[in-house]
Amino acid sequence: MTVKEIAEKCAFKILNSAESADAKEVRSVYCCDLLSIAMSRMSEEAAWVTVMSNMNTLAVASLTDVSCVILAEGVAVEDNMLAKAKEQEIALFSTDLPVFEAAMMIGKALGM
Amino acid sequence: MSDSIKLNYQINDEDFTRAGEASGDVKKRLRQMGCSPEVIRKVAIAMYEGEINMVIHADGGEINVEITPEDITMVLKDKGPGIPDIEKAMQAGYSTAPDNVRALGFGAGMGLPNMKKYSDEMHIDTVIGEGTTVTMKVYQ
Ligand SMILES: Nc1ncnc2c1ncn2[C@@H]1O[C@H](COP(=O)(O)OP(=O)(O)OP(=O)(O)O)[C@@H](O)[C@H]1O
Ligand SMILES: [Mg+2]
Repeated sequence: MTVKEIAEKCAFKILNSAESADAKEVRSVYCCDLLSIAMSRMSEEAAWVTVMSNMNTLAVASLTDVSCVILAEGVAVEDNMLAKAKEQEIALFSTDLPVFEAAMMIGKALGM
Repeated sequence: MSDSIKLNYQINDEDFTRAGEASGDVKKRLRQMGCSPEVIRKVAIAMYEGEINMVIHADGGEINVEITPEDITMVLKDKGPGIPDIEKAMQAGYSTAPDNVRALGFGAGMGLPNMKKYSDEMHIDTVIGEGTTVTMKVYQ
């Protein structure tokens, strides 16, 4: 399922979308807020659900080639983070759901 | 060697928002050069962890990268406080990261273990009060 389809199906709020990111496949879901753990464990093409909302989140997302980032619990996003997501063409969504529920929703959409 | 590429990056201290740019640049170049995804992933993770450690634990520093057809060598040199006990620092979970940095998602104590895991060779030179140089190699 593509990033765009996941976002629609789960009704995530779109913070940043990019044509190049919309069409990416999502193959797994990953949850962890500690960056060094996420860095090493996340597979590429994952949907990463986290409450860690800062520039370093995007650096890790970009270096690991995840397909999209979902900020859970309605955490706030700063303008410089939005600008970075745009520049790096990283699909960034938000939801008021807790991390587990957001991840489960994606898992269901993926048929897990 | 004619096929060798050398890159130099100055890493500012305390600039968390920019940390990752050097690793990102190397990643982009390796991709353009057609390196294997596995090699790119290893270099990106190992270098990012080293880069962020220079910002968090030292006062920034300098990174030199050399890319040859055989391997990628990363040398991360800082003038920070040095590492008193390398064996302890290498342990998964060991971290002296301050609270303001933990709030950003760092401090799992997994950076050095990741660098060890994702590089094929790693060596740490450190002198207390003078600084630390981490050298990592990833085979192509
Ligand atoms: N360049 C450095 N200069 C001085 N001390 C360092 C340096 N790199 C690492 N250390 C020390 O080694 C410890 C372990 O480093 P490591 O990267 O494994 O974990 P961390 O940076 O604390 O957390 P994480 O990397 O998981 O976000 C650090 O907390 C710090 O005390
Ligand atoms: Mg670290």
